[in-house]
Amino acid sequence: MKDHTAVRMIKDKAFRVIVILLACFSMLPLLLILYYITRNGIAVINWEFLTQLPRPIGETGGGIFNAVIGTGMLIVLSSILSIPFGITAGIYLSEKSEGKIANIVRLCVVVLQGTPSIVIGIVAYIWVVAPFHSFSALSGGVALSIMMLPVIIKATEETLKLMPYHLKEASLALGVPYYKTILKVILPTGLSGILTGILLSVARITGETAPLLFTAFGNQFMNWNLFKPIDSLPYRIFYYAMSPYPEWHTFAWGASFILVVLVLAFNLIARGVAVKWKVQF
Amino acid sequence: MKSTVDKSERRFNNILLLSALFIVVLLLAILLTLLVASIPAIKTFGFTFFWGTTWDVAGEKFGALPFLLGTLITSFIAIFICIPFSISISIFLGEYFKEGAFPTFLRSSIEVLAGIPSVIYGLWGLFLLMPIVRAIEMQLGVTPHGVGILTSSLILAIMIIPFSASIGRDVVTLVPADLKEAAYSLGATRFEVIKNIIIPYARSGIIAGILLSLGRAIGETMAVTMLIGNSNFIPTSIFSPSNTMASVIANEFAEATGITAASLVYVGLVLFFVTTVVNVIGNYVIKKVALEASKEVT
Amino acid sequence: MESTVLKVEDFSAYFGDNQILKNINLDTSSNLVTALMGPSGCGKTTLIRCVNRMHELIPGTKVTGKMYLKNDDIYAMQPIVLRRKIGMVFQKPNPFPMMSIYDNVIAGYKLNGIRLKKDEFDNIVERSLKGSALWEEVKDSLYRKGTFLSGGQQQRLCIARALAMNPEILLLDEPTSALDPKSTSAIEELIVELKKTVTMLLVTHNIAQAARVSDFTAFIYLGELIEFGPTEKMFTVPKDKRTEEYLTGKFG
Repeated sequence: MKDHTAVRMIKDKAFRVIVILLACFSMLPLLLILYYITRNGIAVINWEFLTQLPRPIGETGGGIFNAVIGTGMLIVLSSILSIPFGITAGIYLSEKSEGKIANIVRLCVVVLQGTPSIVIGIVAYIWVVAPFHSFSALSGGVALSIMMLPVIIKATEETLKLMPYHLKEASLALGVPYYKTILKVILPTGLSGILTGILLSVARITGETAPLLFTAFGNQFMNWNLFKPIDSLPYRIFYYAMSPYPEWHTFAWGASFILVVLVLAFNLIARGVAVKWKVQF
Repeated sequence: MKSTVDKSERRFNNILLLSALFIVVLLLAILLTLLVASIPAIKTFGFTFFWGTTWDVAGEKFGALPFLLGTLITSFIAIFICIPFSISISIFLGEYFKEGAFPTFLRSSIEVLAGIPSVIYGLWGLFLLMPIVRAIEMQLGVTPHGVGILTSSLILAIMIIPFSASIGRDVVTLVPADLKEAAYSLGATRFEVIKNIIIPYARSGIIAGILLSLGRAIGETMAVTMLIGNSNFIPTSIFSPSNTMASVIANEFAEATGITAASLVYVGLVLFFVTTVVNVIGNYVIKKVALEASKEVT
Repeated sequence: MESTVLKVEDFSAYFGDNQILKNINLDTSSNLVTALMGPSGCGKTTLIRCVNRMHELIPGTKVTGKMYLKNDDIYAMQPIVLRRKIGMVFQKPNPFPMMSIYDNVIAGYKLNGIRLKKDEFDNIVERSLKGSALWEEVKDSLYRKGTFLSGGQQQRLCIARALAMNPEILLLDEPTSALDPKSTSAIEELIVELKKTVTMLLVTHNIAQAARVSDFTAFIYLGELIEFGPTEKMFTVPKDKRTEEYLTGKFG
């Protein structure tokens, strides 16, 4: 029996070093990305940038006010469309842990979640843009709401499943009908989890560009009309980044900074809600 | 009074059922829409679409092979680059350093990275990755596009590392402690325990994680569109500009009409199928792994 | 001829600031079973895990004093070399689920990178499984994965896995507490049989089990070795009052 102990100890130490190196190295992109966004982005941001509309090609200055508002409108629109369906479907799934319909619905949620956002954009185009012969905020909202649905459904289902049975029992024992128990006892208790799911799905769609490329489309000007194209932060970033004008490139960095801050804020708030508002049992 | 309660109860249950069915109907509607809109292209090109090598808008002749290749090559290169890093992170966080300030920092960084929008990765890649690749290409004497398969594969790899690393870490922590103890008690080193016990035990979870990451990579649009060079020809080398299924749609759909539009929807249909298959399989395996792990806790 | 296999000298173990073991002194002789017994939390599991240095896998632990395995200083050796000489059987049977029964038995060799010829391995597998009284039941399904075995059979597989390495001492950490009564008595019979060839250190919280199978017993309470001596003597005429109270069930 040859003794390989020394070799094995060397392999053990070497492996540990390699793992540590690779893991640390993978942090590099994050640091670089955040660094460049902050450095290039902050330089551009000022009051004019945030409150002015874009100037035409050739003129300097201007801002991304329409993009900021547009993103806000899209968030509101897609939330209105997706939250009711998402929560109710989530309640259904949490009540029915077995059952053919429930399992089919769950499979559909998995498929929806994995569908590429650009494919959803195509569908929203066919459903909303083509019939009205115009790009519109509405179509963008439809596309984004389809993307929010799976996240909200899953969060709702999982939160409600965690609610202990004795909570339901207490309410039912008081003579409260079942559906009221769900609406007035279970749902409010699970609110933090559901809200977290909603916030996370908002964080996800705030940065989405692909489905907006041929739905909301982007707009140089301010637009409050749901049936006309609307600008958004991601779209503006894309448009400016791919342009040949250096000033527009700097604007792209500025808009990126705002977008990253927004997305991170939603994520942090979601986490905060999950922890602070959680009802302990 | 009981009958009004019953009515409300029934109405409530109906609303729940309708919402659930709405999801199914929605998915079917999406599938149907894609199918119907691509019928003109399916009728004209049929299955030759898949090995047709030219994408000619003017001549209205469409073949999707360049994009199938573009998607396949970029995704596989991305996965290939990503695997050593995400496995290292998984083992780092799941086995070596489970607690502490630095691991928490690493874990948070991964979550932040996973949340950064694709278009921002594209922007960063455009101004920081592209010049580097261009410089490399000039050194090698290749046409310095800067964009192309290599650049987009690199950005894809960076984008899927956080996703696959967090799945990998979850899977590694699920390996039961008593199996690791048994191996240590037989005299194994830590590396041997990882190699012979943890990895084989977590194997299916790791593969599922890779599958799910592959699904992500295939469907990834913005960063790829910005860095792949928008060329509809079959890529000839790793430095060629190209297009993936997702990026050609992003580049051309907004202004497309007629048979062009139908062909693009056809591409979208294929994209939908491929990502669905990969995702469903990956999800199924992950669910099984989680189920087995919960049974171990006795 | 008897000889000292394990010698523990003024041994203490700490977890952070907690002292878990206080100045333990004992020897075990070859081909005997020494039982470690005591109430929960007394330190008996910690003691046995210090013998093959599994205790140090938990961060924040410290030991003082000495342990010798047949004249070799345990804490001066490489852990992986040491553990190859010591076999361990755990409370919950833990055969490797991804390996066949055959591979499980020789796992010690495989994991340590020791390569032998196929017929050498075959001999080891047969010998070990016969030694743990499992051979007849599994000899026709050696290449199947061991998950179809019952709890008691799985535990005997783990014993075979430990025996395959020809350990100088076999450590058993409450090997029957997760098993049903029938499997428990099967393992106890096995321990009595194995005495002829193997030296064993057995942790048990079951006083009757200690009486049934062990030759020497150590009673540990709150980290101290209260009494150590031949089992029969200790159980009939315990020297320390605390030993007597434990044996008569006053606490623990």
